[in-house]
Amino acid sequence: MRVRRTLVAAARGVGLAAVSLAGSVLLFSLTLVSLTLLMVGPGWLTTPPVVRLTRRFADHRRAWAHSWTGIRIPADYRPSPGPQPGLPGMAQRCQHVLSDPATWRELLWLLVDMVAGFLTALLPVLLIAFGIEGFVIPVLVWSGVDLGGQTYGFLYASDPVQVALMPVLGAAALAASRFNPKLLALHFRLAAVFLTPPKAELAARVARLTETRHDAVDASAAELRRIERDLHDGAQARLVAMGMDLGTIEALIERDPAKAKELVARARTSSAQALTELRDLVRGIHPPVLAERGLDDAVRALALRMPLPVEVTGRLPGRLEAPVESAAYFSVSELLTNTAKHADAARAWVDLEYADGRLRITVGDDGRGGVVLAPAGGPGQTGTGMPGQAGTHSGLHGLERRLGTFDGILAVSSPAGGPTLVTLEIPCALCSPKTSSC
Amino acid sequence: MRVVLAEDLFLLRDGLIRMLEAFDFEIAAAVDSGPALTRALAEEQPDVAVVDVRLPPSFTDEGLQCALAARRARPGLPVLVLSQHVEQLYARELLADGTGGVGYLLKDRVFDAEQFIDSVRRVAAGGTAMDPQVISQLLSRRSQDRPMARLTPRETEVLELMAEGRSNTAIAAKLVVTERAVAKHTSNIFGKLDLPPSDDDNRRVLAVLAYLDRG
Repeated sequence: MRVRRTLVAAARGVGLAAVSLAGSVLLFSLTLVSLTLLMVGPGWLTTPPVVRLTRRFADHRRAWAHSWTGIRIPADYRPSPGPQPGLPGMAQRCQHVLSDPATWRELLWLLVDMVAGFLTALLPVLLIAFGIEGFVIPVLVWSGVDLGGQTYGFLYASDPVQVALMPVLGAAALAASRFNPKLLALHFRLAAVFLTPPKAELAARVARLTETRHDAVDASAAELRRIERDLHDGAQARLVAMGMDLGTIEALIERDPAKAKELVARARTSSAQALTELRDLVRGIHPPVLAERGLDDAVRALALRMPLPVEVTGRLPGRLEAPVESAAYFSVSELLTNTAKHADAARAWVDLEYADGRLRITVGDDGRGGVVLAPAGGPGQTGTGMPGQAGTHSGLHGLERRLGTFDGILAVSSPAGGPTLVTLEIPCALCSPKTSSC
Repeated sequence: MRVVLAEDLFLLRDGLIRMLEAFDFEIAAAVDSGPALTRALAEEQPDVAVVDVRLPPSFTDEGLQCALAARRARPGLPVLVLSQHVEQLYARELLADGTGGVGYLLKDRVFDAEQFIDSVRRVAAGGTAMDPQVISQLLSRRSQDRPMARLTPRETEVLELMAEGRSNTAIAAKLVVTERAVAKHTSNIFGKLDLPPSDDDNRRVLAVLAYLDRG
């Protein structure tokens, strides 16, 4: 078992060395060329794809680090601006990747990787080769081959005593090769030093968390105020009116039965209205279908209530955490309502998907489009705006903030003339597989 | 007529028992949870079941699931489902087997005792009782469609009542017209919507509901 691990680590190291050298040299030169070309123009087109390639290259290394040695190398790229057509979009993407410190960190890492990374990856196999050499040289010497001034480590092949010591050194090297997996880890630790985001970015992350927490607290406080107001002006007031009516009925029931009967009817209407208002309020707080069936059926029920035909596809493998379910539901609800109100669409669709620990919901329509992610917030921020169509999807910003609480993201593709496609993604865990007692 | 009743809130269960008994129903069992409902439906073989959608232990749509399962085991078992909210999605699931004997009403409808009892009887007889809210949701979705737009306002009214599951007699009484007038409206509606005519009240209702839920 130990031998196997040792050999596997050595083989992986050889592969890694090859990849390190070839990949890093290639990508580093491509990046340099692309950056140089920035000055004359074409670099604006080539830089984002090259950076993307480098990131994929680094991601592979992260994946190997984790699956081979358990070392986690965190990645923290700034969220990319939404896809935007034409030259301005390319320039924006280029500016975005250039302003991301991760891009420069990775460039430096490529340089290190092609030298130190390459050498550390070779260490395990070198150790084994060295060990074997310790036995091969004495065999050659003793069988009469003249190796001249050949040395093995610090031992000379010309001295019989030192030749006799060679197998000892070789055996020691072979024994040491049991630490091969650890040596391989050295390569990844080196990568981690250059690829891990520094503390400053952690600070930025903390700032972002603080901001989204404020948003969440504000939103829930506003929500509570709204509920209080609705109850106060709605159901509560109606119950007071009902109580008053009942008091009057009590007084009138013998003196003026006709009038009393009229008031009874009114009290019944009041109670029905109070119920309707409470029902609407409940739907606004937490829709009953969501509680009863979970997100996918709640979205299906929602689709059926929309004034335009909405097709819902996809199934979730189980229930999600309640807050995520709720946020996702209200996001879809808001998007569909916007579509129904502003998009002038004949039909809409919703696709639900859960994969790799992320909930992904796509909401599309065949309407007139024109909803874009505004570049106003600068790189690293995805602000939403709606040039051309004032008021269209004006809730998108609020929606993005709401998703922000869950580290969720929102992407909009909506060329003028349509169709519009809004994708939202929330990292979350599955709560439980679907169960039913019947 | 023997009823199995499932409702977890004591006050409502008690009120329903008293109301049903006042109208000469026999309460075969009154239960407060999903598993108890499943057992009661199997043991008592009632003429009709009145079931709350949300029941313990899961407090999800346990009542609905149990009712659907019981109808799978005994097709056509009359079930009237009550809920604090109505969803077209659930109505569709209840109607899916196309056998009738299904009701789906808001709990508020028990305020009007006579109408509620009428719904229970209708469901027990294999008819349909759909909440007006379900029907108005369906209608508002379809109001843009060409065939629907051809209906006169009166015909739309008749269609709405028919979809709720009411008989011609009941529709005539509600709209204060003669039964013959209602029959004429009904045949006009079926003609305009291109549905096969039928003398059977229940089949007609199911055809209308299926038409409204299509697309």
